[in-house]
Amino acid sequence: MDTFYTDLLCVGAGLAGERVAVAAASEGFSTICLSIVPPRRSHSSAAQGGMQASLGNCCMGEGDCPDVHFADTVKGSDWGCDQECARLFAETAPIAVREMAFWGIPWNRVVAGEGTYYKGGKQYQKIEKKEMEGTITARDFGGTAKWRTCYTSDGTGHTLLFTMDNKVVELGVTVHDRVDAISLIHDGETCMGVVARDLKTGNLRAYLAKATLIATGGYGRTYRETTNAVINDGSGVILALDTGIVPFGNPEAVQFHPTGIVPTNILVTEGCRGDGGTLKDVNGERFMHIYEPGKQELASRDVVSRWMTHHIRIGKGVPSPYGPHLWLDIRHLGAAHIKTKLRDVEEICNEFLDVDPITQMIPVRPAQHYSMGGVRTNKDGAAYGLKGLFAAGEAACWDMHGFNRLGGNSLAETIVAGKIVGEKIAEFLKGYEVNIKTEVVRDAVNKQEARIAALIAGRDGKESVYAVRNAIQDALMEGVGIFRNEADLKKAVDTLQVVYERSKKVGIQSRVIGVNPEVAMALRIQGMCRIALCVAYAALQRTESRGAHAREDYPERNDRDWLKRTLATWKEGDNLPTLNYEKPSKVWELPPGERGYGVAKIIYSEDPEVIGSSKPATN
Amino acid sequence: MGRPLKFSVFRFNPLDPTSVPHMETFHLEETDAMTLYIALNRIREEQDPTLQFDFMCRAGICGSCAMMINGRPDLACHTKTKKLPTDITLLPLPVFKLIGDLSVDTGSWFRAMNEKVESYIHTDKTFDPKAPEERMSNELAEEIYELERCIECGCCVAACGKANINNDFMGATAFNRIARFMLDPRDNRKTDEYFDVLRGDEGIFGCLGLLGCEDVCPKKIPLQDQLGMLRRKMGFASIRHLFGRILPGGEEARK
Ligand SMILES: Cc1cc2nc3c(=O)[nH]c(=O)nc-3n(C[C@H](O)[C@H](O)[C@H](O)COP(=O)(O)OP(=O)(O)OC[C@H]3O[C@@H](n4cnc5c(N)ncnc54)[C@H](O)[C@@H]3O)c2cc1C
Ligand code: SF4
Ligand code: SF4
Ligand code: FES
Repeated sequence: MDTFYTDLLCVGAGLAGERVAVAAASEGFSTICLSIVPPRRSHSSAAQGGMQASLGNCCMGEGDCPDVHFADTVKGSDWGCDQECARLFAETAPIAVREMAFWGIPWNRVVAGEGTYYKGGKQYQKIEKKEMEGTITARDFGGTAKWRTCYTSDGTGHTLLFTMDNKVVELGVTVHDRVDAISLIHDGETCMGVVARDLKTGNLRAYLAKATLIATGGYGRTYRETTNAVINDGSGVILALDTGIVPFGNPEAVQFHPTGIVPTNILVTEGCRGDGGTLKDVNGERFMHIYEPGKQELASRDVVSRWMTHHIRIGKGVPSPYGPHLWLDIRHLGAAHIKTKLRDVEEICNEFLDVDPITQMIPVRPAQHYSMGGVRTNKDGAAYGLKGLFAAGEAACWDMHGFNRLGGNSLAETIVAGKIVGEKIAEFLKGYEVNIKTEVVRDAVNKQEARIAALIAGRDGKESVYAVRNAIQDALMEGVGIFRNEADLKKAVDTLQVVYERSKKVGIQSRVIGVNPEVAMALRIQGMCRIALCVAYAALQRTESRGAHAREDYPERNDRDWLKRTLATWKEGDNLPTLNYEKPSKVWELPPGERGYGVAKIIYSEDPEVIGSSKPATN
Repeated sequence: MGRPLKFSVFRFNPLDPTSVPHMETFHLEETDAMTLYIALNRIREEQDPTLQFDFMCRAGICGSCAMMINGRPDLACHTKTKKLPTDITLLPLPVFKLIGDLSVDTGSWFRAMNEKVESYIHTDKTFDPKAPEERMSNELAEEIYELERCIECGCCVAACGKANINNDFMGATAFNRIARFMLDPRDNRKTDEYFDVLRGDEGIFGCLGLLGCEDVCPKKIPLQDQLGMLRRKMGFASIRHLFGRILPGGEEARK
């Protein structure tokens, strides 16, 4: 078996993993990144719309600053976020965007002079100032007071990831692609690395490190209808849950995006609505202005997704063989705009739908999109429970998104948190030595070897791994969707407990030497089921509505009882997670108040620590 | 009822000494809006769980799923079966090292390419977190983005006659990358430094100019223009090199 030693091991080479690696490598620490796919194919490459940073360069962003960005983020999170992190984040985002420019991003720039833009289907004039010409510009995204989302056409994630990976090449960071981390090596106190499987040969490897980072992206693939890439099955969260110690923060906080295309759930960017696209129903009529007169199509994602679902439920959906959907209309933006700023959208429509968005409307429906929950860390990115373990990016619950992430805040998080956590890890590594206990390594490897042998021998049963995966996805989709209620959640938990028993009886149908794609899936399947149970069970317990977590039976946001974060851990042998709770933030810079969209009733907190809670803030 | 589709798929497991390269046939009934992504996953999940192939974004964005589809390199995820005849032949991309069946190692190839062309901004400046960004015209930013859109799928390399006979040939994707940095004022490399990377038979002068590359690029990157531009610039540069040697004060004169 091959063994590798390094100072920092990044499990994941998306934007978050690579940004952390760059920070540590710049300080001279040896760094290895693991990735299931070549790094540039990581899911980050699929982000189209943009990255938020309050540069305030363009005329519609004038007056923007970290304070406004902070406030939008806290409101967006429905007061579920950690305000210290949100503050750090908002302050650092402009620096991070400029640093990426310095490293080579071709951000779109301010063009001086008159121009037009669309909002709610109507055209408006704007004038960009001469003195701002050539600075980084921004577009409008949901839930923000200013135009703040920096972009490169609709290939923002692609250019960010390629530029970041260029930096990785420049610094000589080692990347082992097609390597799949399958368990952490730890002794209950300290993390010492991971056991991984080489996806080119099927062999096991041990990676031993002083610091280990989980940056594996989200767990969208636990849902059937998701915009996420096929590898986003939550494997980083699985690594953490398997320890029995490291908690999974806010599993129930799952975001749906309004515009997944029907039937394939490929995302068309929020930039479509940001640039003035409108949502229409079966009669070709707009409806968002009825529900959200202020923000209309640009209320936050959770709000728009709910109204869309509501509108479909009252019979205004467009019937199709794949169920009812709505329309996204960008025709009025014109061919020139679509062919430059929304080029990938045009390509996706042409290639996957046979729809020409310049002349036709796009069939859309909300689909699972983002995992606000993840490996719980403190504001330095250190995971709770194990020394030497860190997390960043979508895999982490850092936690600046609370119960709803704003568009453009995730790319920003990967890079900003990556930078901050990377610098903290570099500090941690200075003068730190870890005692690698050989028996701990041996036991960890033996355990994985035994698992694989049992799977291949079909020793535990012959359940099909794909059938079990489908059962998990269906259970979450049906029971823990956009609207939730006690009966459906209970049913989902019951169903998933049965599926969990099945997941323990998975057997591999085929024996082959070397790589076996079925084994890769089988090694995750119990973990995916545990994630799904955490999501469903935590959602069942949370008897309130906050951000993306919307309980029909508890429609009010209940700050009195639920101004707290869920921490789920999994004890060996259990068939449900253990749930604990912690306060979302000790710092209440912005006391809980109304978001200003998605009107809801609020039961205010009586906790004196939540400063100003007696006088609710209004907008 | 959909059309009956017949898939002839390349099978080979290089790790298994008993495995021999061969074609295997699978049958599926075509469904509405079926893509090769849907078809291959159905084959793996319903018929042969050992089948190896790569997908990530399933949306034509990440470049994972390139393969030879009825003789032409293309992305499997954005290829609809209805655009193909009922007999579909799938082979792995040539040039790249085979991992198994339809899966090839593009990761190592592209990392080596990026190291070779030093695919990053070369500058003496250091980043100042307090300073505003350097300005750039939007037009130039969009021009750079145009070339930056390469998803490293490898289709152009697979289609390239030269790359198929000379394993070290850099290929259109590398030329495109160099062109991208030449365009970027933030990169301070001199034309000669680019020339050092590009010279020789592995570089721009090894290119046969038949343009198989541009025809197959799923991102429709204007590779032909970049090749032309580089040839011209490199042509000038090599003439300058030559003059540098023979003119007074040049290398030749100093001998
Ligand atoms: C379609 C789409 C569009 C989006 N658009 C936007 C947008 O416009 N703006 C915005 O702010 N956000 C957007 N997002 C969200 C954003 O793109 C992601 O949240 C973000 O890129 C996640 O980055 P990451 O580095 O955390 O993870 P990823 O980019 O998902 O990277 C995960 C890495 O971990 C590796 N990995 C996973 N498991 C293992 C394992 N077991 N062993 C080894 N390696 C492993 C993977 O190979 C990969 O390298 C979008 C998301 C989607 C789905
Ligand atoms: S033009 Fe050059 S790079 Fe393109 S396919 Fe032909 S030989 Fe290859
Ligand atoms: S240039 Fe085009 S064909 Fe070649 S690797 Fe890039 S995207 Fe693929
Ligand atoms: S799977 Fe990403 S391009 Fe095909």
